[in-house]
Amino acid sequence: MGRLTRLLAAMAILVLGVTACGTSNTAGGKIGGTVHILGTWTGAEKDSFDAVMKPFTDQTGIKISFEATRDLDAILQTKIAAGNPPDVTGAPGIGTLIKLVKAGKIPTLEDKLDMSALNANYGADWINLGKIDGKLYTLYAWAALKGLVWYDPKAFQAKGYQVPKTWDDLMTLQGKIKSDGGKPWCVALESEAASGWPGSDWVKEIVLSQSGGDVYDKWWQGKQKWTSTEIKSAWQTWGKVLGTGDSNVYGGSQYMVATKFGDGGQGLFTSPPKCYMFNQGSFITSFFDAYTPKPAAGTDYAVFPLPDVSSSNAGAHVVAGDAFVLTKDTPQARALLKYLATADAQDIWVKRGGGKIAINKKVSLSDYPDAISKSLAQVVVDTKIARYDAGDLMPSDMRDAYWSGILKFVQNQGQLDTILADLDKKQATAYAGS
Amino acid sequence: MDGVTPLITRLPALEVDWQTLLTVTLPLLLLVIIGVPLALAAYIVGAEMLVKRLPKRAQPSVRPWIWVGPAIFFVAVILVYPMLGTVWTSLLDRNGTSFVGLGNFTRLLTDGGILIVLRNNLLWLILYPGLVLLFGLLMAVLSDRVKYEKPIKSLIFMPMAISFVAMAVIWQFVYYYRPSDVPQTGILNAILVNIFHGQPQTWIQDTRFNNFALIFIGVWGATGFAMVILSAALKGIPGELLEAARVDGANELTVFRRIILPLMMPTIVVVGTTMVIFALKAFDVVYVMTAGNYNTDILARRMYAELYKAGNHANASALAVILLLAVVPVLIFNLRQFRAVESRR
Repeated sequence: MGRLTRLLAAMAILVLGVTACGTSNTAGGKIGGTVHILGTWTGAEKDSFDAVMKPFTDQTGIKISFEATRDLDAILQTKIAAGNPPDVTGAPGIGTLIKLVKAGKIPTLEDKLDMSALNANYGADWINLGKIDGKLYTLYAWAALKGLVWYDPKAFQAKGYQVPKTWDDLMTLQGKIKSDGGKPWCVALESEAASGWPGSDWVKEIVLSQSGGDVYDKWWQGKQKWTSTEIKSAWQTWGKVLGTGDSNVYGGSQYMVATKFGDGGQGLFTSPPKCYMFNQGSFITSFFDAYTPKPAAGTDYAVFPLPDVSSSNAGAHVVAGDAFVLTKDTPQARALLKYLATADAQDIWVKRGGGKIAINKKVSLSDYPDAISKSLAQVVVDTKIARYDAGDLMPSDMRDAYWSGILKFVQNQGQLDTILADLDKKQATAYAGS
Repeated sequence: MDGVTPLITRLPALEVDWQTLLTVTLPLLLLVIIGVPLALAAYIVGAEMLVKRLPKRAQPSVRPWIWVGPAIFFVAVILVYPMLGTVWTSLLDRNGTSFVGLGNFTRLLTDGGILIVLRNNLLWLILYPGLVLLFGLLMAVLSDRVKYEKPIKSLIFMPMAISFVAMAVIWQFVYYYRPSDVPQTGILNAILVNIFHGQPQTWIQDTRFNNFALIFIGVWGATGFAMVILSAALKGIPGELLEAARVDGANELTVFRRIILPLMMPTIVVVGTTMVIFALKAFDVVYVMTAGNYNTDILARRMYAELYKAGNHANASALAVILLLAVVPVLIFNLRQFRAVESRR
């Protein structure tokens, strides 16, 4: 090719490159183009996401343009309102997505994914979690398990503590730790604009395990009052975990509200331990990895699922995951979603650790990097009642009020009735717009 | 991309974009680059021609309106129209379908939470401009008398270069809390514990002082700005005046009170007005540090939450109107003050 032709071609590319995305050409089996993704991953999670995307780009020639934000609900709604939506959005909560689906801004995935493959590879629960009004809109690629109690097995052994099997065992254990002069729990609630959410995890896990899936569903749907016996008793049960005046928690309410959720586990690894147990989702191991000195999975920390509060709801677990939606229907975006549903894609993230658990059943347990993540994957397999994070299902202003309520509760448990009455007031208005 | 050839094969697919480029993007670009100045020029020339045709006596009273016209037009379109729209939206229900009168306001104002929001805004409105002026004036006057004025002023001015969000991040470290049984890493608690032997405090979460802690971040960021402008005004005061006063036996405090302060008043008013506007716009620090929790919420952040989180345009507009009503007296006061200073000249 002559130099002039090349130059002209390069210039044409320069001029047109900007508008090139959104078009397709299957030259050489590669789709090409770019897919714009809006998500929340930064740091180690972003590295894992990039690793998942690399084979996709290699196979299809589709380039990834990724934008990260911690305020996804606001950014996504603004972008859509401005007529400039990302192609694919990976949202950690689906409250806003439900709103957008109902407003007709998000297309269904039923005619865009290979549904028979999906049905074969995904548990029915996980497909159902992605359905809104009976149609599939969101796709989960990996899950995180909530309601996990992290502990230092060496510290447990030194004091002769046993991993509790039942809720009563747990209560006995925390009494024993206290009488030995220790603090049973570490709780850390600080998370900037989302402060309070780790406490809301506690409450929703107790609601699901204590009162079952029906109450849980009615609750996030706004049909179960916060002041009702079931919800109130969940808060009270959590209050018993915290103890009167937060006496079961290291550092009391001051430490709880001022400590970043990721730093909450530090107390487990000091000598002597500041606290013996720490309840947090499976993703927390990526924060443990950043501690100095870095604790080793298995020897420095181990995990047990929060015991069932009521035996009639045995095996109930709150799960969470990034929900992928098409916010703009392009061939590249469809290809990406198809890819994310495959075992190949999910395997990459799982192998990199960070507490993600694959949803595709073809990902084998032996692919998990350590004993802990393997045991978590086993918990997911054994889960009998799976529910998505209730807070993330609520309208975002309801969820924000829930988080604020948690912060008020730990500062003064005596305020519970006022907090719940305020949440009821919020419930009356929050669901009106969705 | 591994070469030019594969890209060439993709060219035909771009034909669609040629179309958008030619029919939408390019005309729009031309319109903006050529059209806007052309329209303005045509307006001025055309209007002037029309005015020339008027009787000579009417011309002077019409001409100002021709020149001020575009400004009035843009203010009307960009400020007045949205403002009226906001007022109107605040009288509708959250779906914008039915008229509810003052319903949004009564609901908002009877909700206990909003009173704390208003109280916090008042705190910001008083403390932020007040402290910025106080520290700015202090720094300007004191640094005027030392040899190392320049480095001191540069240091104090530096935070101006940082965004509010970055400031909030920096101050998270200053206010950082750790329990009393471990060494403190936040400078404020470290001083408190090691020098004054006190208990570490959760500065951002404790409702007794968190508002002051947040406002102080803003003050830290703006003091340099006030100092630089006030210092310039101070240097503009003729030395003979000060000398004359001192010769007449006035002590330094009297010189400051009777000569420096009155002469600097116009500048102080300007800086004060700017700071009042900053205080009303305050959003970032609260959003980043507390998200409005622990009784630190302010109107702008609440408005953001209502609009983007709740999607409740009615509440958001009502809050905007409340903010507007709160600003009006301040604006009137400021304008009066400004005019008074102007007429004294």
